[in-house]
Amino acid sequence: MAPPIELEINGQKYPVHSDPDTRLLTVLRDELGLTGTKYGCGEGQCGACTVLIGDSPRRSCQLPLGEVVQPVTTIEGLEKNGHLHPVQQAFLDLDAFQCAYCTSGMIISSVALLTQKPNPSPTEIVQFMQGNICRCGTYPRIVDAIQKAAKSMEQQPR
Amino acid sequence: MSIRANRFTHETAHAPEPERYEFREAPIHHFAFDRRDFFKFFGAGIMVFAAANDALALQESGGGARQNHSDDLPKEITAWLHIAEDGSVTAFTGKVEIGQNIRTSLAQSVADELRVPFETVRMVMGDTQLTPFDMGTFGSRSTPTMAPQLRRVAAAARDLLLQAAANEWNTAPEKLLAANAKITDPSSGRSTTYADVARGKTLAQRIPDEDPVTPASEWTIAGKSLLKVDGRAFVTGRHQYTSDLRPAGLMYGKVLRPPSFGATMTECDITAAQKLPTAVVVHDGDFVGAAAPSENEAEEAIAAIRAQWKEAPQPSSSDLFSYLKQNVDTSERSDLTQSGSIADGLARAAHRLDSTYTVAYIAHAPLEPRAAVAEWKDGKLTVWTGTQRPFATRDALAEAFHFAKENVRVIVPDTGSAYGGKHTPDAALEAARLARAAGKPVKIVWSREEEFTWAYFRPAGVIEIKSGVAADGTLTAWEFHNYNSGAAGIGTPYTVANQHIEFHPVRSPLRQGSYRGLAATANHFARESHMDGLAHAVNMDPLDFRLKNISDPRLRDVFQSAARSFGWPAKKTKPGQGFGIGGGIEKGGYVATCAEISTDDARGAIRVVRVVTAFDCGAIVNPDGLRNQIMGANIMGLGGALFEAMAFDGGRITNARFSRYRVPRFRDVPEMEIVLMDRKDIPSAGAGETPLLGLAPAVGNAIFDATGVRRTALPLAPRA
Repeated sequence: MAPPIELEINGQKYPVHSDPDTRLLTVLRDELGLTGTKYGCGEGQCGACTVLIGDSPRRSCQLPLGEVVQPVTTIEGLEKNGHLHPVQQAFLDLDAFQCAYCTSGMIISSVALLTQKPNPSPTEIVQFMQGNICRCGTYPRIVDAIQKAAKSMEQQPR
Repeated sequence: MSIRANRFTHETAHAPEPERYEFREAPIHHFAFDRRDFFKFFGAGIMVFAAANDALALQESGGGARQNHSDDLPKEITAWLHIAEDGSVTAFTGKVEIGQNIRTSLAQSVADELRVPFETVRMVMGDTQLTPFDMGTFGSRSTPTMAPQLRRVAAAARDLLLQAAANEWNTAPEKLLAANAKITDPSSGRSTTYADVARGKTLAQRIPDEDPVTPASEWTIAGKSLLKVDGRAFVTGRHQYTSDLRPAGLMYGKVLRPPSFGATMTECDITAAQKLPTAVVVHDGDFVGAAAPSENEAEEAIAAIRAQWKEAPQPSSSDLFSYLKQNVDTSERSDLTQSGSIADGLARAAHRLDSTYTVAYIAHAPLEPRAAVAEWKDGKLTVWTGTQRPFATRDALAEAFHFAKENVRVIVPDTGSAYGGKHTPDAALEAARLARAAGKPVKIVWSREEEFTWAYFRPAGVIEIKSGVAADGTLTAWEFHNYNSGAAGIGTPYTVANQHIEFHPVRSPLRQGSYRGLAATANHFARESHMDGLAHAVNMDPLDFRLKNISDPRLRDVFQSAARSFGWPAKKTKPGQGFGIGGGIEKGGYVATCAEISTDDARGAIRVVRVVTAFDCGAIVNPDGLRNQIMGANIMGLGGALFEAMAFDGGRITNARFSRYRVPRFRDVPEMEIVLMDRKDIPSAGAGETPLLGLAPAVGNAIFDATGVRRTALPLAPRA
């Protein structure tokens, strides 16, 4: 058996035994039990599996384990000391979900957007989030939640 | 209350017959607990339950005979509630949460009626061992049927608590007040908590036949915009959907699928697959599958199976509509409603309009694909699965494995949506079959391609309308034939003396079934497009023309409200702009939608710019949840209206991916306004489906307004 690959996820180091070709999504969910990241399509089209690699949003269903060199942030890593990330809080406050299966990917993509652009316009939000599908159709609330989170991050930087 | 004398009348008072595509089934529940078992399982306290057909049963037994304190609980219990010794309240229902937010709104109704803080109510849902039998979560029935049942149960529990306190204080229960999980006696100032009253008791009571529940005008917790009850679990990724479960020793399952619809297996060699060290391979009848410690290994095992198939000729989507017309299934009854004479009506018409409309097959595409985890342990089978019909799934498992129902438990974790698509037990059966062979728990999660191919579809259809209208805009004849798509919403809400409305079943080339809104989407699209055509034929404004032919005041209200908020009739201010309206009545809900579109002549693209929907579902239980549903219905409806359609050829779906099957995304979303009519004087109807119905015709009519061309097929702009 090959020696484990070390992955940094949510600030914690994990030894990972999966084959380097294994998609990061499978590693997260099946080997490490981080099931907050979802499978939606397996072709990078729906965004349910989005994680942060460094600060960049990546579709973990497309990303081989062997190519992951920067720290990974998943939905489980956003809450700090019992405090929700402002994006999580905004989704919660505005009920910006229905079945919520897309929510992890939506929140992670939103965090990436706000890192790149702390005050995005609605048009910029729509453009950035275009790759994330919410089949329940809560898009307008998600746009509102991102704007609300932007405001609260401006007032209270983390 | 009804203006129509046909059998498609939409009444709120009676549960409608489930539509044929809802897969009906009779309730045959045998309640597994007796009273002692119940309290052993749930702990001491107070338990109140409602039985199916309570009123009827009491009538037959001479009336008024309560069955208190019996050790034998009746069969066909529909809902129950438990107040524990610590005062916590648990309400049980066989309904499931699939994103429609019913977990929250049912808890609101329970808290409201029981007079306890919302946070103290926990709903146990969709678990065949713990919850009462339920036919399924479909047909917009949860709010109109389950909420009142839970209210009656909660009201009875409140009365029981009041009675118990009154006995203790030697006073009459009428003199006591129940509020905020406390009982107080205003005359003496004494007070006690529900927890104190429940402590040390094992009291089970059936609800009395007459016990009024709180009218909507006096609701304090229901009627409020409360947030999703366990929202935090979702925004943190902690909620465990079926596909997230990982019991110890879990194996991952994959199923060998035929190369095409209708293909039959002629040979199957699994020896190579069986030689793989970690795989368990099963060939049983027409089922071939494998389980392994990882999904990759399961896939390798499937790839190692050598199977030969005999394929059969299959129709393709390019000749779908002529196929449907040529394959009417005369062995099945058609549904026909008739009044007056179409010939007479047409003879009296100043204008005739005959048109044919079509709708495509579309996919539910729930973002969480079909999934199940099955475990055989100690002679029992437990299956976690995202289904709208936990009890039917249990029964299918019991039948498939020749196993007693009592030994099968189906649990439905709150599910990554369904939209009518999760009625069948397929994934549960597959996981259970593999788990039995593996001797370990097995998880099946369908791939997106499997989901798009081997699930079932919203039925495609052909609709033919012949109609006549008098010069003053009065409808004189309405002949409506629906081939295959279904009978839901087929009856016209407009007054017309001469009607012939018929649904013709067809041998469908694709597997088809329930879908959010059922055929009401197709039937409203055809009817409301046609009404628009008739309005133009008599030179009337489309809204005025509808109002002239509507006598139902609630339908008038939603049309007028939507129009008012939209600014109808609107003046065009730029080229390519168009406005349309559409609406109707379905499942006790009243909807009207106005849409503005813009077209780009060069590309033929259609963009929906603005949508206003007015909706009346009686008394509103959770206004914010309702807005969320209406907004979502419009956005989901946008896909079927504009671009969604299954493409298939030679028995293969050719667009079984999100990269080829376009669903609405952020960029497709129009500006949207929602007008709620809160009718506290009318019982609540369901709201997950009906708001969707106005959109497609409103958009189609707006396209006509912009271009002068009537588009008669859904999707309206497939290449947009």
